[in-house]
Amino acid sequence: MNRALAFLKGKLGSTRKRPGSGLPARPVIRGLVWARRGAQLAFFALFMFLLFETAFRGSFAATDERVRLPLPVEGFLLADPFVAAMTVLATGSVYRGLAWSVGVLALTLVFGRVFCGWICPFGTLHHFFGWIFPSRYGKGNKRVESNKTRPRQRVKYYLMFAFLAASVTGSAIGGLFDPICVAVRAIGLGVVPAAQYVTGTASAEVGAVGGRNVQAATDTAQDFLATTVWQSKQFYFHQTWFIVVLLVAILFMNRIIPRFWCRVLCPLGAFLGIFARFSLFGMEKDHAKCTDCNLCLVHCQGADSPQGGVKHRQDECHMCLNCESACPEDVIKFKFLPGREGTTAVPDLGRRTTIASAAAGAVAIPATRITDVLDTNYHPKVIRPPGAVEEREFLERCIRCAECMKVCPNNALHPAWFEAGVEGLWTPILIPRIGYCEHSCVLCGDVCPTGAIQKITEEQKMGVDQKPISVGTAFYDLGRCLPWSMGVPCIVCEEFCPTSPKAIWVEEVDVPKRASEAPEDGSEPPMESVHVQRPHVDPSLCIGCGACEKVCPVQDQPAVYVTNVGETRSKTNVILLENTNYNQL
Amino acid sequence: MDPTRRDALKRIGKAGLVLGTAGAIAKLGYDPGGFGVAGPSARPQTRDFRLREGAGEAPDMAIAKTGTATDLTRRAVDALGGMKRFISRGDVVVVKPNIGWDRTAVHAANTNPEVVAEVVRMAYDAGAKTVVVTDASCNEPNRCFQRSGIWKHAYEAGAEVVIPAEHRFRNMRLNGEVLSDWPVYTALVNCDKIINVPIAKHHNLSKYTAAMKNWYGSLGGRRNRLHQNIDVSIADLATFIQPTLTVVDAYRVLMRNGPQGGNVADTKQLQTVIASTDQVAVDAYGCQLIGRKREEVPYIQMAHDRGLGTQHWESLRRVDA
Repeated sequence: MNRALAFLKGKLGSTRKRPGSGLPARPVIRGLVWARRGAQLAFFALFMFLLFETAFRGSFAATDERVRLPLPVEGFLLADPFVAAMTVLATGSVYRGLAWSVGVLALTLVFGRVFCGWICPFGTLHHFFGWIFPSRYGKGNKRVESNKTRPRQRVKYYLMFAFLAASVTGSAIGGLFDPICVAVRAIGLGVVPAAQYVTGTASAEVGAVGGRNVQAATDTAQDFLATTVWQSKQFYFHQTWFIVVLLVAILFMNRIIPRFWCRVLCPLGAFLGIFARFSLFGMEKDHAKCTDCNLCLVHCQGADSPQGGVKHRQDECHMCLNCESACPEDVIKFKFLPGREGTTAVPDLGRRTTIASAAAGAVAIPATRITDVLDTNYHPKVIRPPGAVEEREFLERCIRCAECMKVCPNNALHPAWFEAGVEGLWTPILIPRIGYCEHSCVLCGDVCPTGAIQKITEEQKMGVDQKPISVGTAFYDLGRCLPWSMGVPCIVCEEFCPTSPKAIWVEEVDVPKRASEAPEDGSEPPMESVHVQRPHVDPSLCIGCGACEKVCPVQDQPAVYVTNVGETRSKTNVILLENTNYNQL
Repeated sequence: MDPTRRDALKRIGKAGLVLGTAGAIAKLGYDPGGFGVAGPSARPQTRDFRLREGAGEAPDMAIAKTGTATDLTRRAVDALGGMKRFISRGDVVVVKPNIGWDRTAVHAANTNPEVVAEVVRMAYDAGAKTVVVTDASCNEPNRCFQRSGIWKHAYEAGAEVVIPAEHRFRNMRLNGEVLSDWPVYTALVNCDKIINVPIAKHHNLSKYTAAMKNWYGSLGGRRNRLHQNIDVSIADLATFIQPTLTVVDAYRVLMRNGPQGGNVADTKQLQTVIASTDQVAVDAYGCQLIGRKREEVPYIQMAHDRGLGTQHWESLRRVDA
């Protein structure tokens, strides 16, 4: 306990005597360091709150039949300039709320990469883990060494150029590495459901052991969590283990290299680093006064060379202000329009490598399309959400941020594994067996920040006085269907079919069925006749929502299933003659 | 150097202790394998909420026609002797509407919200401590509760509206003919009185559904299997839960494309509310609303044969309200 207290005190620095000349930092800087910590906490809390609110929980107060989320839950993504840049390069337009990212750009032009040090929730997570993971690498001189600027920090620039080039040639695949996308995806599809599973199991165990009162208490606790943090049912996501393993790995890297993600991999950090060269606010250092105590380096977040004798790297600096706060001499000063003698503002990049990485990104997307994923042998289970644009444009827009999967109230949308090819990794697909697309729900498009799923109305989706939006077509596996092959009544599929008139219709038939028990005399079991309703699909009415597949009682492999043929967004992936467009492939 | 005798004994003792513990676990936790023998056949955990009252003069069925939904509901219940007949001071009352589908009130797939609200108000007026309104929906529950209008109406009437969540379902023994152990929605059955408030509508498999079929909403798990023997499973559920009172909403009735409809043209305004203490009779009477005879709806006969009520509604004391 005492050790823990001492450790905390040491971490918070309240008892530490300032070494060297012991000059105290300027009060304004000490205040700003605390303001930065407060901002980090507040923005992280806001991020988590918006993530928790990325769910439909209904309301007793709602009179409006249209269901939308009251908050802009995708706000962090809208403010993300890297996402905006990818979308602009891919589509030539700034989609709606992405205009907010100009705000973060403006902030960067004035204050440098404050987004990284003060705002980014994923950065805050790394800051926290870099602080809390003391290791044999993490003390004294080892720490100083680990915080020096390294050539590996260029990698993020190369990644960024590659991703931007890939956007130009057809895929916003950079979303795989965008920090906000990573955070939403990993926390929303992994950490939160896992926490719910653990809590649910624990509370069921406790409730089973305890009496009625304990059960009531666990129920109340579960109700509270279900209405604030997660939903009333457990969500399961397709192959989400890999997303979580990557998160754990990247957080663990902080033990070896503090803020490994931010310094080495983050393409958003690199993007802001490019613009940080213009920043009006920055650091000025007076090498002459430096005693080489390296205290600035011990606390440096960006590995941006705040120490004496080398040039400060403005493009790498997170503006955390720790260096000036730690400096016991009068060396480091943050100010407006600082002198540039001790500073390099431009990223230190090799021109050839930069061009090579951009070229690699540009070529990668067309090159991967030679596998059988897009032009030919398109996977029948790549069922895109309703309102999704045509597949090529979809790949240009989708940043794999998982907002749609998080908000889907039926747990119907999932991160694709390799069904949509390598470039389609973690793009949303509908898996009806886990959850079907709710007929009147349009929330996936409502939260999509880039327009990969358009903001459609209920009327457009359900087809009020127009053609409804279809995401696929249902098919029967007659050998597995109860009325078709076993003489057993069922038609749960027909009951759940939401269209009007129903896309599933039934044929009334009397079918022969052998009795299950043999007579006493050992003769063959007698034949009976049973009346059943055999379901059929009308492909011109089916919207591919998958409700039939979800509720089919043939538990393991359903007797009715949806594939993407007949999806409204495609002019080629069709069955029926009247929808065919012969001008395309 | 050789260990001392004391040291050697300590080390041997520790190893022995570990071996002993492992042996004890192996002995105590030994599992001979094989499929388990069936446990003792437990008593069914049925729920009978019917009134314990002697043969009196009070009517068993009241039919209210022509008026607003709120008005019809109040008239029907009043004609049975008022809500005070059914609810005692301090009762925890569950009102069980049909909130199965993500449809709005005009589609007549869920119980009319005004009927639900009026039942809630009458229960409070009769002295109920708490009135819970809930159902285990077919479509996404939040959406069903909100868009049906029942959430708002019931909340404004003072009810505690409970959204079904996974942890609220616990296994119970139904011991029915086809339903044995099923996860039951505990928020529905943990109460003193239960008022069933179904909507009368067409159902493509079982022809007509209202009161007894409404108990599907008390089950969790994969209830899609029930369709294979829908009539017996409805009778099993009606055996499992027998309500204090049934109030059938036939204000607007789904005549075709049941149970979820979706087209206003499939509905018809009948402006009728039926209240009864007999859930079998109320279905036998109600099926005529959509032009069916009780002989065409097998679960009514089954429930009658099980003694859950009478299909001969003509034999009951009836009043028009």
